[in-house]
Amino acid sequence: MSVRFDKNARIAWSLVAVIGGMLALSYAASPLYEAFCKATGFGGTPRVAVEGDRPILNRTVEVRFDTNVDPNLAWRFEPVQRAVKVKLGEEKLVFFRATNRSQRPIVGTATYNVTPEPAGPWFNKIQCFCFTEQLLQPGQSVDMPVIFFVDPDMDKDRRYDNVRTITLSYTFFESKTERAKTLLGGVPAGGTGKGG
Amino acid sequence: MATAHGASHSHDHHDHHTPTGFRRWVYSTNHKDIGTLYLIFAIVAALVGATFSVVMRAELMHPGVQFFNNPDGTPNGHLWNTIVTAHGLTMVFFVVMPALIGGFGNWFVPLMIGAPDMAFPRMNNISFWLLPPAFILLLLSAVIGGGVGTGWTIYPPLTIQQGAGMDLVIFSLHLAGASSILGAINFITTIFNMRAPGMTLHRMPLFAWSILVTAFLLLLALPVLAGAITMLLTDRNFGTHFFDPAGGGDPTLFLHLFWFFGHPEVYIMILPAFGIVSHIISTFSKKPIFGYLGMAYAMVAIGVVGFVVWAHHMFTVGMDVDTRAYFVAATMVIAVPTGVKIFSWIATMWGGSIRLTVPMVWAIGFIFLFTVGGVTGVVLANAGVDYAMHNTYYVIAHFHYVLSLGAVFGMFAGFYYWFGKMCGRQYPDWAGHLHFWLTFIGVNLTFFPMHFLGLAGMPRHYVDYPDAMAHWNLVASIGSFISFGATIFWLVFVVFGTMFFGRKVGANYWGEGATTLEWTVDSPPPFHTFEELPHISPTAHH
Repeated sequence: MSVRFDKNARIAWSLVAVIGGMLALSYAASPLYEAFCKATGFGGTPRVAVEGDRPILNRTVEVRFDTNVDPNLAWRFEPVQRAVKVKLGEEKLVFFRATNRSQRPIVGTATYNVTPEPAGPWFNKIQCFCFTEQLLQPGQSVDMPVIFFVDPDMDKDRRYDNVRTITLSYTFFESKTERAKTLLGGVPAGGTGKGG
Repeated sequence: MATAHGASHSHDHHDHHTPTGFRRWVYSTNHKDIGTLYLIFAIVAALVGATFSVVMRAELMHPGVQFFNNPDGTPNGHLWNTIVTAHGLTMVFFVVMPALIGGFGNWFVPLMIGAPDMAFPRMNNISFWLLPPAFILLLLSAVIGGGVGTGWTIYPPLTIQQGAGMDLVIFSLHLAGASSILGAINFITTIFNMRAPGMTLHRMPLFAWSILVTAFLLLLALPVLAGAITMLLTDRNFGTHFFDPAGGGDPTLFLHLFWFFGHPEVYIMILPAFGIVSHIISTFSKKPIFGYLGMAYAMVAIGVVGFVVWAHHMFTVGMDVDTRAYFVAATMVIAVPTGVKIFSWIATMWGGSIRLTVPMVWAIGFIFLFTVGGVTGVVLANAGVDYAMHNTYYVIAHFHYVLSLGAVFGMFAGFYYWFGKMCGRQYPDWAGHLHFWLTFIGVNLTFFPMHFLGLAGMPRHYVDYPDAMAHWNLVASIGSFISFGATIFWLVFVVFGTMFFGRKVGANYWGEGATTLEWTVDSPPPFHTFEELPHISPTAHH
């Protein structure tokens, strides 16, 4: 009987190991998914690029801007220009205006995405307010810059010939990260108000 | 083998102490008693879940909102979705899984493979007793913190914004998941290590095969659900941002994790029914099953491919066309092993000496209804079509044909096949046939019109609909009342009637066609079976 039990226990423990492995994989999915989207531009994730020399083509695409604010964040947030036409490879500077409508300083952070999603790998940002948290004092309004270009290599692949419009979308949320607390820490204590 | 009933009892008596009453059931380590507990639990949960659905059909019977109103008379869509969620989670986790895997699996896998009991009898007890608290938590979630109106798929960000009831749902799923995982370990160990001498895996009955494949699916899929809902829990309560976009999380990731579990889950619910139907078709055609090995490996193939098709549940989430093309193709591949099974059942009946007994008509009903659901499944597998059909009643009709009709017909077929074995008394045939026809007409009236409603654009998760859809909704509601009436008839006349007034039966009351080992022991089987292991000859039929 004890031989049988050892055999049973061995199978049972290997199955427990499988369960542990699947559980670990489900947690690993979170960073892997993020890394995968960043690396491949999958699902409309824009790339982060540096300034450099690249050809500028005559083909243009219209880039439209879409802005959203989480209902819990008392900010106004809108693009200064609704849309721009850019040549492929041309670096473009655009501004977005954010205004803190509340009575307290708030740190916000924006998520971003482009559609159509296959355009994600070709849409490059050199500089963006969305890379870091933004601190706004009560009533303060700032114009925040974004520098981007559309990769001229997109023109080489005929699958992307129908990409004539790219929409860049942002959603601002209140940020509660450690960095946000540090930013708020620089504000005089009396100024933080409720919930600051 | 077929010793007289009294003799085997006296044999028990001097060998073992057989517990009675409270101790027998609550402390049970006996696979038959635990199977019985699972079946009773599933019946109770089924009545609760069916009551939810009848309430839903009563509301949808006529346009306008009749019952789901706030005190001020405005429609309460959240209450509606709370009932929808409770119905879905109850039926999936507390009816189909406990009945097919815990109930029939516990009862018949050890009997069929000639094992004296499960490998870990005390773990088996824990598996069962985790379920009642899980079910209580689920029911409480509907009344605490304003209820949970998310649907059974519990997608964030909606689930991050729900009240405290959501945490109860998560705990409920944790407990139900732990119960199933322990059960899966138990089944796999039992089937691998405790088969009777001579019973190789390739001579094992198909129901045991179906439970083996199901157990592996549970083992690989449920930890992913457990991980996903734990992340949801920490997102809700402890400031993590796995799925919360405010902190850089991605709700779409939850959809991927959920359906990585959720798609195998639908096979978890149907595979044991496949196993049951194979036995019944073979028994009442008096032939061994056509293509035994093909049948076994078709289930393995369904299980394997079932893990790589999950995103067909979320075509509309915004995938690029290449990804969609892959998931369309992979999904359609599953129709191949499923077709192998359907055609093998038909080939088993072909030229057989068919007896249209009660379990046989349920099994044939299963094949018919499951095929209808399978066909609409192939329709929905096309991403282009799914863009139009997503979240309509067409999808509701599809998955109720494969689950509510498929799995449930499989459960009733198994019940009518084995009830005499389990309780030693047999139901009157007319009652079983009447129950079959009432249910068959009722469920088809309920769910077939939902195809039309879905094609007309009726969305799910809404308490009301345009007047133009009134007629088919009325038909569907009448059908659901007929089905519910049939279920009550079954419970009162078939279950209780048979238990108290049924005709007593012997070991093998189906005769020649019933060849598996459970037919060699008494009806009901003695408390302990196969203390001397049976030997399986190489020429034995399955």
